[in-house]
Amino acid sequence: MNIRNIFGRRAELVEVDPDADIFNKETEGLSQGQIVRKRFFRHRGAMISLIVLLSLLIFVFSTLGFKIFGIGYGGWWKYKITDIPNLRTQGCSIELPGCPTLDLIPGKNFGLGDHPFGQDDLGRDYFALVMRGAERSVEVMVVIGMVAGFFGIVVGAIAGFYRGVIDASLMRLVDFIITIPTLVIGSVLGYHFGSKGVLFLALFLGLVSWGGLSRLVRGDFLTLREREFVDAARVAGASNRRIIFKHILPNAIGIIIVNVTLIMSGAILLEAALSYLGFGVVPPDVSLGLLISQYQDSFTTRPWLFWYPGMIIIIVALSVNFIGDGLRDAFDPRQRRRISRKDRAAEHQSAAKK
Amino acid sequence: MFAYIGRRIAAMFVILFGSSFLIYNAAAYAGDPTEGLRGSTTPQAHQKLLALIRELHLNVPPPARYFIWLKGIGKFFTGNIDLGLTRDHTPVSTAISNAIPITIRLITLSFILAILIGIGFGIVSALRQYTRFDYAMTFFAFLMYSLPIFWVAVLLKAYLAISFNNFLLDGRIAPIWILSASVVSGFFWAALISGTRQRVIAIFAISGAATSALLALLSVTKWLTHPGLGPIMMLVLGGGIAVGITYISTGLSNKPALRSSLTVVAIGFIVYFPVEYFLKKYASLSTILVMLVVTLAIAIGVSYIFAKIDRRPVVRTSVITSIFVGILFIIDKLMKTWVPYVNTDAIHQRPIPTISQSNNLLPSGNFWFSSLDTVLHLVLPTIALVLITMAGYIRYSRGTMLEVMNQDYIRTARAKGLPERTVIMRHAFRNTLIPITTILVVDTASILGGAIITENVFGWRGMGTQFNLAVHNQDLNLLMGVFLFTASLVIMANLVADLLYSALDPRIRVVGKK
Repeated sequence: MNIRNIFGRRAELVEVDPDADIFNKETEGLSQGQIVRKRFFRHRGAMISLIVLLSLLIFVFSTLGFKIFGIGYGGWWKYKITDIPNLRTQGCSIELPGCPTLDLIPGKNFGLGDHPFGQDDLGRDYFALVMRGAERSVEVMVVIGMVAGFFGIVVGAIAGFYRGVIDASLMRLVDFIITIPTLVIGSVLGYHFGSKGVLFLALFLGLVSWGGLSRLVRGDFLTLREREFVDAARVAGASNRRIIFKHILPNAIGIIIVNVTLIMSGAILLEAALSYLGFGVVPPDVSLGLLISQYQDSFTTRPWLFWYPGMIIIIVALSVNFIGDGLRDAFDPRQRRRISRKDRAAEHQSAAKK
Repeated sequence: MFAYIGRRIAAMFVILFGSSFLIYNAAAYAGDPTEGLRGSTTPQAHQKLLALIRELHLNVPPPARYFIWLKGIGKFFTGNIDLGLTRDHTPVSTAISNAIPITIRLITLSFILAILIGIGFGIVSALRQYTRFDYAMTFFAFLMYSLPIFWVAVLLKAYLAISFNNFLLDGRIAPIWILSASVVSGFFWAALISGTRQRVIAIFAISGAATSALLALLSVTKWLTHPGLGPIMMLVLGGGIAVGITYISTGLSNKPALRSSLTVVAIGFIVYFPVEYFLKKYASLSTILVMLVVTLAIAIGVSYIFAKIDRRPVVRTSVITSIFVGILFIIDKLMKTWVPYVNTDAIHQRPIPTISQSNNLLPSGNFWFSSLDTVLHLVLPTIALVLITMAGYIRYSRGTMLEVMNQDYIRTARAKGLPERTVIMRHAFRNTLIPITTILVVDTASILGGAIITENVFGWRGMGTQFNLAVHNQDLNLLMGVFLFTASLVIMANLVADLLYSALDPRIRVVGKK
């Protein structure tokens, strides 16, 4: 028996929400994009991570310089990864030449110094090596994210929009790919193609890590294509392409962005793991996982060779994870910010004035 | 139902066929097993090359060679599966079946601990949403999520194994450590229990003081170098466990449950010396299993004496308590083995090992020695795996719990005046477990295949090592054997997860779309 039958008219259970006014006022007259942006900027963890990540990226990529389409920038650091300067003995203990000179405590030696991250056993400047490794790891992360994002979106969108036979066959393909553990296929491919260059490796890894994303996108498309606004667009004569790109995709973008960030934070760890096992980046090229694997035995004698690459991996992965978390909160319509006592008091005051 | 399972199993074979075809060809085109021999200049190189080509059918192109391999797999239906030979001319099935138990031993404990700790922290974190505890847990989970496991492993080896072994030579805890441990424990418990300001301060002081007292006692009595529980400690710990489990399981107001679980602990105290003797005289795994059965029987019997009506929660409480008491017995026995174990030549006062799954130099034949050895070898990999895997469970169970706590039935439960414990444990927690269970099942499979790095770092010779060997030696048969094992596990786990979901959640039916 439901309420409508008893009273003969529609009765609604009105949820009493003391904070509803505050939320409605905050989002009044804003577009979806503006609301999301506002929520994201208010997520303190995500904002700090974004700033940390961006400054780290600028720092890393400016250190050794880069060259895109012939426009080059030499970098501000004095050593290249191929340079082999003399081992620095001054200021280090006698058994351990080449100790790091980085000093963050304000004082006489404050600053980077000659070899901020120390030198390895040959004398190579470890700062240059770590920066090159960080460049490689970030490149791998971005390429995997882009490739996996592209395939995940395309396959998921086509399967979810067209349904039927296309959907079934694409989803079986996804089943194949999901069955194969990424580390397994990554190792097989990485072992043989790792020597052909980092980007090649990243491309292959991207090709095997889109399965989960495509399932999520498909699920979202399946629900969205039944919604009224899609019917309206179809009645108005919109083509399939227009419906997919202009109507459905913008509504599914939340899931996509969040998951691509998750894929990216996983990607940097995947690359590190593969390089560590010897299936990823191979010397003479450098990556953070490779550096850790090469110098893990020197942990007891030269701990800096081990600490710095690990710290960079953690900082990058942690900030990407936090940014992903902030985006998830920002895109989630049910998500509500915590209402502080001050907000509530202000709201009550203004309500009382009315 | 059976039609559904049958259809899923049929689909499973199709998927396995497809993905194995994919990876077989990828691996075959990617690596040439004859690479090493081609460059060789030894006189027999050519003969060896020809023999290798004949043996591995290398003259057949990979897509066709796949079917030769598949023919061996097809014998699965006649009972003797043929996975081919490895490059060392041993059957792949032998290599894999030797490796599986080692991997299972490696992951079981860490998986259980990660689930318990992860779900526990996740749920408490959800109940204390937007508190400092919640923020700390979120940060902790993300940090663990971002850690490369091999990096953690090296740190653990350096600080936990080598430094801890050095520390154990003396076994006295420095005052600075006692102080910092007390402060950490004070913060932890204060944040965990929380409440008004006075209460938080009180909890901080009490737990901090308790921690320092405990550590000082351990230090003075040299307990760390001469560990053991003894009957009195067993009684105290068991009593605490009984009260705690009763509180979570039924609430302390359920007198029969409290009485029967305390009685179980008391029985454990009474039979301490006979059990001790028994474990020493007949030390073997089957003895432990027999004792487990006896323990469960006692627990059920006791609860039948105390509870006349509504027996199920009482039985549950006392059974869980009795299992914990049993674990205490085992721990006690292992601790008593500690001193003779540490003083053997093979160990040489350095009990926490950093590498391998067992110490071959130990005198064989002593059940408790080898058990303690296994446990100690598990310490480092287990900590590494738990830290990394529990992060996901913290996040996931927190999210699910928050969602469940917003449901109407929780409000209804509160509105009809149920105590908060019942609302959380019976209404919210059970519903939180539904999605978590399914994710756990899928994770079991992926962890079994994914301990590759952990095995590599800690030198365990399980599935991960086999896989490593296979890729490095271009050993296609071994690679496919490992792959077939992990992939079928993943697919079966997915099926089990779907079935479990429908069994746990009556709203979902497994009929599939028509």
